[in-house]
Amino acid sequence: MTGMVDHTIVNLTVFVLAVFVGYHVVWNVTPALHTPLMSVTNAISSVILVGAILASGSGTLDAGSILGAIAVALVAVNTFGGFLVSQRMLEMFKKKEPKAGDAARTKAAR
Amino acid sequence: MTANEVALSYLVASVLFILSLKGLSHPLTARRGNLFGMIGMALAVLTTLAITRRVDLAVAMLVVGGIVGFIVAKRVEMTQMPELVAAMHSLVGLAAVLIAIAVINDPPAFGVEVPVPTGNRVELFIGTFVGAITFSGSVIAFGKLAGLGTYSRLFSSAPVVFAGQHWLNLVLAIVMGIYGLFFVNASPEGQWTPFIIMTALAFVLGVLIIIPIGGADMPVVISMLNSYSGWAAAGIGFSLNNSMLIIAGSLVGSSGAILSYIMCKAMNRSFFSVILGGFGGAEGASAAGAEQKTVKSGSPEDVAFLLSNAESVIIVPGYGLAVGRAQHAVKEMADKLIEKGITVRYAIHPVAGRMPGHMNVLLAEAEVPYDQVLEMEDINSDFGTTDVAFVLGANDVVNPLAEEKGSPIYGMPILEAHKARTVIVNKRSMAAGYAGIDNPLFYMDRTMMVFGDAKKVVEEVVRAIE
Repeated sequence: MTGMVDHTIVNLTVFVLAVFVGYHVVWNVTPALHTPLMSVTNAISSVILVGAILASGSGTLDAGSILGAIAVALVAVNTFGGFLVSQRMLEMFKKKEPKAGDAARTKAAR
Repeated sequence: MTANEVALSYLVASVLFILSLKGLSHPLTARRGNLFGMIGMALAVLTTLAITRRVDLAVAMLVVGGIVGFIVAKRVEMTQMPELVAAMHSLVGLAAVLIAIAVINDPPAFGVEVPVPTGNRVELFIGTFVGAITFSGSVIAFGKLAGLGTYSRLFSSAPVVFAGQHWLNLVLAIVMGIYGLFFVNASPEGQWTPFIIMTALAFVLGVLIIIPIGGADMPVVISMLNSYSGWAAAGIGFSLNNSMLIIAGSLVGSSGAILSYIMCKAMNRSFFSVILGGFGGAEGASAAGAEQKTVKSGSPEDVAFLLSNAESVIIVPGYGLAVGRAQHAVKEMADKLIEKGITVRYAIHPVAGRMPGHMNVLLAEAEVPYDQVLEMEDINSDFGTTDVAFVLGANDVVNPLAEEKGSPIYGMPILEAHKARTVIVNKRSMAAGYAGIDNPLFYMDRTMMVFGDAKKVVEEVVRAIE
């Protein structure tokens, strides 16, 4: 065993562990909130913004930075739109009456 | 900022993303979860801006995109959520492709060596083709959901099928893979040609994969594209060696995959049969033999009488209810019944609506308290002891044929409305549902049909209830 661990292997480790975390977290999401789940995950996938910002800001104004800038604009629609529409939906799930009542019945079922 | 500080800040953002999804486990914690997601995203973006050489362009574009996103989020109707989500998937997919091009164009700007190592090339290839398929597939899905079938057959909600379709897709996928390999092994001078061909083929494949899938299967398609958009983000994360992108992408990818699985299970269809498509074309076709049997039909006044004299009522809403914009009228009706001391609950089938959880959002919009809304597993055993099951605009999800061997929908989990003491079904006509088969529920002695637009019927019922 010699040499450094390759970047790809490190990435793969993170990837596999993250899929496990995702699997367990998502199964716990209550079915009633599956639409907000989708819009939240949509907003989260716009973290690809990081790549787009790096591309747009490489220093010189060339094809790469213009493509990057376009990507920033496209994904920003998702970032803002995704989180805001999720918020709008989740506001609707706010309890109107303060009575907690039989909320236990809505516990996560799959 | 040092590289370590950046990495730590990205780690915090990743944890916030996980917490954001965790918050969605209950309606009470969900808003806090969404807030975590926003904070995580803000942190990720600010950190990235801090290490970028030139920020003016990015900030300007963030403002432009942000304003568009803001307006869309404020204006969209809850019935249009599937279209919105499909449109958003397409943006992530396209952005992944653009970023991959920028990386290949100028690797050092992303901290990637020149010439780009083979490992990174493989990752770029994967990120690009997944992104391209997500983009064009989502555009088609958007068209189908938005009912753009009149503009182009590609957007038709009926499946578009032709001979040799699956073989064509397979051949295209193989050719795309071969060009991908050419790209991976290409010299910096000769890399663009295979890359462009590979990307173009991926765009075409995205279209071809989605066109054969019919309207009834849209909940699966939209979940699947959700998953793809996550994998595309993760793929870009691999090529940029960015753990946060990989983590966020994997969360989204697995979320979409799980939702696809849940949707398939709720329709008792295998994922592959959905993907291969061709289902859901018989939409609206009148079922054979329906004429011989008789149904009992009643007026809204009869419905009001039955409901007022019941002790417990379960409302089964289907997409027909949302199309008819009857949610608010239904809520009004339920309130009147609750005032009389009648127990009213709603039973939701996982595929009610056009995307996972869609019906819950539509009811929440009408201010129906979420603890009156129950999932299939939680309420099915209660139908037997319920006086009235009121089915509004649902059909296949309450079809008892699903319990009979040999029926085309055999094995599909259904809401057991037929077990209620009295069943009231509101439909516009006797047309069959997506599955194109007859529903024996309508012909039972204990069933009363009320024909007409859901909203009008329910409003008349409200008026008739004293």
